[in-house]
Amino acid sequence: MTQDPIRLHKALSRIWATAPGFGRAAAVNHSIVGMRFMVTAAFFFAVGGMLAMLIRAQLATPQSAFIGPEIYNQIFTMHGTIMMFLFAIPMLEGLAIYMLPKLLGARDLAFPRLSAYGYWCYLFGGLILLGALFAGVAPDSGWFMYTPLSSSTYSPGINADVWLLGVTFVEISAMTLAVELVVSILKLRAPGMTLSRMPIFAWYILVTALMMVVGFPPLILGSILLEMERAFDLPFFDPNRGGDPLLWAHLFWLFGHPEVYIIFLPAAGALSTIIPVFAQRPLVGYNAVVIAIIVLGFLSFLIWAHHMFTVGIPHLSLAFFSFGSALVAVPTAVQIFAWLATLAHGRPRWDVPMLYIAGFLVIFVLGGLTGVMLAIVPFNWQVHDTHFVVAHFHYVLVGGFVFPMLAALYYWLPQVTGRLPMHRLSVPAFWLLFIGFNLTFLVMHWTGLLGMPRRVYTFLPEDGWTWLNLTSSIGGFLLTMGFALVAMDVFLQRKLGRAFRRDPWHAATLEWAMPTPAAPYGFASLPRVEVRADRLSPREIGPELAAGRGYLGHARHGWQETLGVHRMTGEPDQIIILPRPTFLPLWTGLSTLVVVLAMLFKLYPLALAAAVVTAGLFVWSGRDAGQPRDHGALPAGHGLDLPPHTEAADPPPLLALAFALLATGTILASLLFGVVYLWLNAPNWPPPEVMAPGLVLPALIALGLVAGPVGARLTRGSVARGGTPWLGLAVQALGGVTAMVLLVLLIQDALPDPRAHAYAATSFALLGYAWLHVGIALLFVISNAQRWAGGYISPRRLLDLRLTRLWQDYVAGAGLVALAVAMGLPALL
Amino acid sequence: MLQPAGPIAGSIATLSWAMMIGSLFLTALMTAIFFFVVWWPRRAACISARAWIIGGGLVLPGLVLPPLVVAAVVVGERMMPQDPVPRIEAHAQQFFWTFRYPDHGGAETRDLLHLPAGQPVDIHITAEDVMHAFWVPRLAGKLDAVPGHTNVLRLQADAPGRLEGLCAEFCGLGHAHMRFEVRVHAPDEFAAAVAAETTP
Repeated sequence: MTQDPIRLHKALSRIWATAPGFGRAAAVNHSIVGMRFMVTAAFFFAVGGMLAMLIRAQLATPQSAFIGPEIYNQIFTMHGTIMMFLFAIPMLEGLAIYMLPKLLGARDLAFPRLSAYGYWCYLFGGLILLGALFAGVAPDSGWFMYTPLSSSTYSPGINADVWLLGVTFVEISAMTLAVELVVSILKLRAPGMTLSRMPIFAWYILVTALMMVVGFPPLILGSILLEMERAFDLPFFDPNRGGDPLLWAHLFWLFGHPEVYIIFLPAAGALSTIIPVFAQRPLVGYNAVVIAIIVLGFLSFLIWAHHMFTVGIPHLSLAFFSFGSALVAVPTAVQIFAWLATLAHGRPRWDVPMLYIAGFLVIFVLGGLTGVMLAIVPFNWQVHDTHFVVAHFHYVLVGGFVFPMLAALYYWLPQVTGRLPMHRLSVPAFWLLFIGFNLTFLVMHWTGLLGMPRRVYTFLPEDGWTWLNLTSSIGGFLLTMGFALVAMDVFLQRKLGRAFRRDPWHAATLEWAMPTPAAPYGFASLPRVEVRADRLSPREIGPELAAGRGYLGHARHGWQETLGVHRMTGEPDQIIILPRPTFLPLWTGLSTLVVVLAMLFKLYPLALAAAVVTAGLFVWSGRDAGQPRDHGALPAGHGLDLPPHTEAADPPPLLALAFALLATGTILASLLFGVVYLWLNAPNWPPPEVMAPGLVLPALIALGLVAGPVGARLTRGSVARGGTPWLGLAVQALGGVTAMVLLVLLIQDALPDPRAHAYAATSFALLGYAWLHVGIALLFVISNAQRWAGGYISPRRLLDLRLTRLWQDYVAGAGLVALAVAMGLPALL
Repeated sequence: MLQPAGPIAGSIATLSWAMMIGSLFLTALMTAIFFFVVWWPRRAACISARAWIIGGGLVLPGLVLPPLVVAAVVVGERMMPQDPVPRIEAHAQQFFWTFRYPDHGGAETRDLLHLPAGQPVDIHITAEDVMHAFWVPRLAGKLDAVPGHTNVLRLQADAPGRLEGLCAEFCGLGHAHMRFEVRVHAPDEFAAAVAAETTP
């Protein structure tokens, strides 16, 4: 069914178009949203870089009078916070959003509106932090916000609240994107692309996104607890009332350590993609690399405490965390040697990306080795919290993230702009960066070994750190000039670079088999992949796909169609009809912004009202998702007939909800960890007063919780048999409202004052967790009712009811666990 | 920390030098291998792909890491408080240190720590308000002062003299100035030096 490529292009472009001008704010397309993430992250990188320059200016001379400690503390806190949360994470998300569908042979991600919402959360959260910086009330307790320094007693201003609320806001975006990416990789690939045929980059992003799903919840929980301590005086971390500052440190590094690998893995994924292209042969040791990144993902969750060797943790745990941290070197070395082997067995050719890869190798290897040194406890005790550590993590993060991303920038820029690179600025820019970086940070190791602690705004001439610091400052300014040259280079390439036909690097992956710059629909038709997806010939596949000779090479009903496949085998099992551009993600993001701002300024009734509006907007945006009627199997090309996703057995939302439950389950697990940790380790236990609820109230709450899954089954059974959902929905609503009301009664009447002791505070948090999740279950019920009335649910289209059942099952289970722990703990004390 | 003034800092300094030299050597080696495979891939291809990955990914770390971790545990073990020795209490507060000498009738000093030379002392570290960290770079590693907890650090100074100590955990506005002086006395002069401090 060959078609005229131009006509197909025009038809598809009309369907997938995003309106120009103000209409761009409604964009949900992955190319636009991904690019927005990357450009915004680059902007924040520039801001973070400026702050670094201020730091280097202050430390260039001893006893400098440039800035005082009030400003300096804000600057270094914001430098770390911006680089981690507003640059690195969003940058890798942006790259994944932009590139993944193109590499996997899909037309978009699974939940375009969710990515758009994620972007607004990121942008608004970032603007809150930026606004605080310009208002002079930025966070100033260091980027890991150790309490009690960050508590309301020692940081009474709004500064710490800005961090806790702003960063959590940004993390909503990380969580939505994590789920989005996992599901898209598992469900939205080209037909025939089994998991083991995926381009290696997709494996890296899959592991990264899974790590984000379980890595961010401990920090989200920690931030919520600390904000509750600051705002409502609940003593989770106050040692005088049964809390423990070390609990915060544990929760923070439970997130903070995996975070390092979350940042490194996508960059390594880019290297695993780029190195084979310049070695002119496919990646050597594909399976070994996949195993290595999975092992790395697991290991990274076991060694968080190596950031805490000096807090006084037991001896045996020190040995365990020390050995685990050193062990990380193994999967990392496997990857590096797989790259070297690829080059050794190929015909390496030299180009700008290779230059950055060489820079990466030198810097990252040294950073990795100082990391092994830091895993050695006695050494760690000496250099922890000195400039040696500062130098180490800049080697790891700049070497392991920034240099690979610059290689990726030069490699993929032609794909984005449709223009070839020019070398005139690229090479000097590289040398400025490389020399500037090493000048700054190589000597900084020495500064640390001479005893200079981090986070001091000044030092004395007799300390002997003067020349080292001045050298670092000079290096820092060279580094900045290097980045400025890169920015100019990118701008010039966009304006002046030569255009090309297709695949200028002779790459072998699918993103080069589409027109460049990419059309909004990506592929005019979808390819069948019969070999590993890094051994394809874009120059041959490209024209075939453009002529509509693949799957879905048509324009139908104005639908934005892409294929859904079996998670493992990659055989197509549904046609996914994606949503059109809409302003709803923007409105929902704005309403979430009101929630956050209201909490920041302690206007709690407004926050509550805005939270209700936000929840309502979520339900409202679901009112017309999917299809209002049954379609049955539809032709997908090549004689294949597939159901739309609304009628499919394994639609993406089901998988997405499962991963969302994994995330919230990790929050609950972190909370349970906190309860046990405080009980066993915190001073001032047992509590003076415990809960005495009797048996009636808890039994009734349990009954209300169990009504959820029962009602969800009633609903589904009745609709599947052609009946109405109302009885089951009523059971769920009644059960949910009962549980919520009685939980409030339990907290009010039976629980001691949560402000009195951490025991009562954590019990309050557990019961609050149950209350909130029952509340969300009620939103599911309301949405079901609304969509049944709108005709979006039928015996063939049961997705909504399956989702509700899954959520209700989780809520009943988690609610009972929370209740049991809150009530059972006093018996154990 | 590279000019140790005591046996504990001394063993750490030796370990540090060994690891630093090793790291620089390995970095140079990896850089050399990289340019070798890029410039002479044909010679590098003599080694099979499997050998590259197993040799570099498993054998190399396998040779380096276990001895390193064992050495670390041995050095670390030696630093751990085992036998009872005289104790001194270090109490951190924004932004100064209070040292108490329970074996010497509760004498107290501020931002000044008296130590006897040539004999081990356990420092019991506590905090009043926020987290701080006790660090005398030339004597030993650092240990955090955590509100609600007591951490014990063993120190030993070789010879009488003056040393610098400081707070190593960021603790707020005065963090950069939260330093203290360490005065090491000959063993027979130590008691007199502490006794000379007026008890508040």
